Amino acid sequence: MIESDVFVQTMQEMGVNFFTGVPDSILGGIIAELMNRRLYTPAVREDEAVGMAVGAYMAGKTPAVLMQNSGLGTSLNTLVSLNVIYKQPCILIVSWRGQGGKDAPEHLVMGEVMPQLLDTVKIPHRTLTEKTAIEDFRWVAQTFMQQQIPVALFITKGVVKGLHP
Amino acid sequence: MRPEQGTLISRAQAMAALLELLTDQPVIICNGFPSREAHKIADRSTHFYMIGSMGNAPAIALGVALAKPNKQVITFDGDGNVLMGMGTLATVGALKPRNFIHVVFDNEVYGTTGNQPTISNVVPLEKVAKSAGYVNVERVLDRDDLVYEFKDMLKKDGPSMLLIKVNEFVEDAGRVLHDPPDITRRFMKAIEG
Repeated sequence: MIESDVFVQTMQEMGVNFFTGVPDSILGGIIAELMNRRLYTPAVREDEAVGMAVGAYMAGKTPAVLMQNSGLGTSLNTLVSLNVIYKQPCILIVSWRGQGGKDAPEHLVMGEVMPQLLDTVKIPHRTLTEKTAIEDFRWVAQTFMQQQIPVALFITKGVVKGLHP
Repeated sequence: MRPEQGTLISRAQAMAALLELLTDQPVIICNGFPSREAHKIADRSTHFYMIGSMGNAPAIALGVALAKPNKQVITFDGDGNVLMGMGTLATVGALKPRNFIHVVFDNEVYGTTGNQPTISNVVPLEKVAKSAGYVNVERVLDRDDLVYEFKDMLKKDGPSMLLIKVNEFVEDAGRVLHDPPDITRRFMKAIEG
């Protein structure tokens, strides 16, 4: 299991210096660590978080947005009609609820279709694992700056230490 | 007949009056006719013209304002846009960026799609903003008041909202000619430093 402070430290070392989003339990440890470091600006909806990240990017920051995968639905129009067409990069840290059909009913549809959904709208994605973490972070750093679009890093349950281990 | 119609100036007239008072401040302009009109009145590199992502203009402006605390950041918004992204009024009210001015051109309709009514004729958006924590809010109906209040807001710490009741007249303005990636690059360069 990856420690939350290691996760945040790695993001900071990649140059990420603007964090916003809407919480999820899987991301609880990361958000707590970001708040400890006074790096987190909370949003009320995921499309708002993506919009704030766009503004921060254009003002010289390197942004990341944290969200549950349900938030991909909420922010889809912003991602495709703002980020993608205006070439505004952003790292999406997305918790994968409903993975493998094991979660509350509201998460099951998005949990099943999420990778295909992002393929359809041409947003690159990758799933973080403890074994491949170094390559995963390197891929994120290279892809989002080269292509100037959002990229998603999926966080599955138990990969990054949460609030209640 | 909309309640306050008849005594009002057009959005383009209001916008022209505001743009005369601005110099190099970043201005994030919502999608639809407002971006087209601003582009026609004064095409500045400090303008970020939106063509999609309705409701997100103040969120983008907030991101700029937080990243550049020493620059006054303006957003030109509409009533339909504010209603769609109303949660952002709460985020702005809670974070209280001092350098944030939210201008709302309120014509009580979705103009770009054929003047279907919004609900801003019965929901006073500046009162929502005030309740959410905006420090200064003003509702104005004519040119003299809007110039006076906007000048005042440029001098004060925000967040501020200037709601301007405007009529439904739309300026004959074509689409914004710049490609979206060029709008991004141009805006980023213009607000550097």
